[in-house]
Amino acid sequence: MGLLLRLVLQRIAMGLLLLLAVSVMIFAATQILPGDVAQAILGQSATPEALANKRAELGLDQPAVTRYFAWLGGMLQGDLGTALSNGQDIATSLGKRLGNTLFLAAVAAVIAVPLAILLGLVAVRYRGRWPDKLISAVTLASISLPEFFIGYVLIFFVGVQLQWLPSVSTVYDTMGFWERLEAVALPAITLTLVVLAHMMRMTRAAILNVMQSAYIETAELKGLRAFTIIRKHAFPNAIAPIVNVVMINLAYLVVGVVVVEVIFVYPGMGQYLVDHVSKRDVPVVQACGLIFAAVYIGLNMIADVVAIISNPRLRHPK
Amino acid sequence: MAETLLDIRDLKIGATVIPPGEDPQDITIVHGVSFTLEKGRVLGLIGESGAGKSTIGLSPLGYGRGGVRITGGEVILNGRDILKAGPGGLRRIRGREVAYVAQSAAAAFNPAQKLMEQVIETTLRHKLASRAEAEARAKRLFARLGLPKPETFGDRYPHQVSGGQLQRAMTAMALCPEPDLIIFDEPTTALDVTTQIDVLAAIKEAIRDTGVAALYITHDLAVVAQVSDEIMVLRQGRMVEHGTTDQIINAPREEYTRALVSVRSIEHEEKAPSGAPVLDVTGITASYAGSVKVLKDVSVSIEPGHTLAVVGESGSGKSTLARVITGLLPPEAGAITFDGRTLSPALPQRSRDDLRELQMIYQMADTAMNPRQTVRTIIGRPLEFYFGLRGKAKEARIRELLEQIEMGDGFIDRYPAELSGGQKQRVCIARALAAKPKLIICDEVTSALDPLVADGILKLLLELQAKEKVAYLFITHDIATVRAIADEIAVMYRGELVRYGPKSKVLAPPFDAYTELLLSSVPEMHLGWLEEAISRRRMASSGN
Repeated sequence: MGLLLRLVLQRIAMGLLLLLAVSVMIFAATQILPGDVAQAILGQSATPEALANKRAELGLDQPAVTRYFAWLGGMLQGDLGTALSNGQDIATSLGKRLGNTLFLAAVAAVIAVPLAILLGLVAVRYRGRWPDKLISAVTLASISLPEFFIGYVLIFFVGVQLQWLPSVSTVYDTMGFWERLEAVALPAITLTLVVLAHMMRMTRAAILNVMQSAYIETAELKGLRAFTIIRKHAFPNAIAPIVNVVMINLAYLVVGVVVVEVIFVYPGMGQYLVDHVSKRDVPVVQACGLIFAAVYIGLNMIADVVAIISNPRLRHPK
Repeated sequence: MAETLLDIRDLKIGATVIPPGEDPQDITIVHGVSFTLEKGRVLGLIGESGAGKSTIGLSPLGYGRGGVRITGGEVILNGRDILKAGPGGLRRIRGREVAYVAQSAAAAFNPAQKLMEQVIETTLRHKLASRAEAEARAKRLFARLGLPKPETFGDRYPHQVSGGQLQRAMTAMALCPEPDLIIFDEPTTALDVTTQIDVLAAIKEAIRDTGVAALYITHDLAVVAQVSDEIMVLRQGRMVEHGTTDQIINAPREEYTRALVSVRSIEHEEKAPSGAPVLDVTGITASYAGSVKVLKDVSVSIEPGHTLAVVGESGSGKSTLARVITGLLPPEAGAITFDGRTLSPALPQRSRDDLRELQMIYQMADTAMNPRQTVRTIIGRPLEFYFGLRGKAKEARIRELLEQIEMGDGFIDRYPAELSGGQKQRVCIARALAAKPKLIICDEVTSALDPLVADGILKLLLELQAKEKVAYLFITHDIATVRAIADEIAVMYRGELVRYGPKSKVLAPPFDAYTELLLSSVPEMHLGWLEEAISRRRMASSGN
């Protein structure tokens, strides 16, 4: 148990360290950009005195290291700063957006992850036969099409022609859960189609790899059914790589949804980020960057921790 | 008259192979083999690799590895032809009527499941007993097979028990559903010789007590002589001879069987001491990553043109010793003197001559050669690298070396995949010789080869030694090989040198406890050896 705990803690510590390094990089990168926040607020015609005053007011005359720690300290306490473009508290406006993004990602994940793994298992069961080929062809096609194309095709047929689902995913605070679910149905399906193939193919490959093992032959010679062999003997030994690819795709569902959000006019993080990048609203970009990085690092950390825990040699040392 | 359990008639087995760059070809592996097995009898299937013994052994399960399939004949089990059973019918036979014990139990157990779960799985899947009943049965089998703490043994995972215990657990797994027939496929080949004897005894007892019939597949005639009632000798997919164990061992009719029985006929007179050693290793202590010590204060030396055999079981540190001498693993303490000069402990600091004069030959000739290079390139490389030979001079030397390893010019443009196991090892020997070394480290060079082929390699090595005056450090776990070629012997156990000296002294009593155990564990080719060895061992342990 000691070893397992140590490895898990090590991995978590690594994740936190990585996040810290990313925060430095985000902060440094925004400092390198030409011009500064004072310039951005006051515009091109500002006098040098006005700029100096504004800088002092915003604390920009402090050394970069001091500002970094002030910014990081604020982040850790949940104070993400104030948006330059509209003077609003970033945490408040971001909170709702982040919630929306996570909701959409969760809906897509709940559909995509079990479906991908199931399809992967079925593909292994009938490998080389028509179900395997069909699954491969369909998922490959769906990953090959750009997501905006899938999104518009869905809007055209499901939203406009058939009128089954709303083609614009407007959500507001008073919406109930089911209404919300209906609103995000189309973007969730689009995202599902985008991430499905990758997860399914990796599941298939990981299990096929395990199927080469001698203990699969043992299971076959015990007279077990093919699906029992895959479920009981192959899948448990393929968990680590599968979880890994699932987590990478979950991370994509959170940080990579910009295009889908724009297509469906969904008020999530991605759209918020794009809006403020175009306005050169540095504090917002910094905050979004750090949140995306945290999601990415966090999910990958979970994948690694699961991989460590799923190893029987570590879980049950000699 | 005893009841017939298995009746194999004119069995033909084929496979589809795809040679690199060619169209798939159908080849025949087994050419019409027939035999019957009565209930409760044990038939040993023996032969070299490629004899088709595993392929035949798997036929009562209706199973073929890779592209292997049964192309003709009948396999009649309990009165019906299983080749007509269909997938569902085969599933009902597998595990329940015929069970399988694989060579490497370590690989044959699912690492993610507890042993008990796997041992009772067949019994539960075929609905032969309730879970509680199956578990009770498994625990009785654990006890019968001499596994420690049979009550809780099943709660462990495969990696938590030793190789010998896993092999017994696999036997328990096969016995649990109470099948009529068990296929043992080289069940002790991967084990150390001192472990093998216990597992062999456990398997033999279990077969006798349960009355199950068995096909026992092995390449080791001495082993199969201990457990089987009859033996069938196979060669290249054909039956050579089939008779009682007594007849095959004591009165073989066929030439090939006689060769198998009398294998290891090499006699080698130990050479007299001849002066200054070529290699002198003193006080070597080494460990991997600074944790566990794998070598503890080991000192050995080899004289020019002599063979030092380093014997030990897995984990004894014998291969680590080779890694230290070659400089791959710098030791924590100790010195290596080679040909009168002190060798740097680490590889990068050694001169080209140091490297040249100390060559290695490995166990797996397959992985020791680049599969995309021809024999010419493989042997030519050290000639270029060490001697700067080019063109005609190089070509002539390559041909000379091929001559020395008793392979003709015809092999010069072949790729490793186009050579047999023994030929591959010969090419590796030529490559080592090309450097004109003073010492060759041979790491288990005959372990992966069939006995007759291995014999050829050993003979070649001895001839080359006589001609080239090269010394060998010969690492092996096989006592018979040691007897055949050694001048001096070093016995290693858990990183320590337990016995060291000239062959005549090391292999003569009085023995230390470990050497005694090691020597007494080597199967001998006579009936009843196993029982004698076990009772001797019991007496020895009760006497202590």
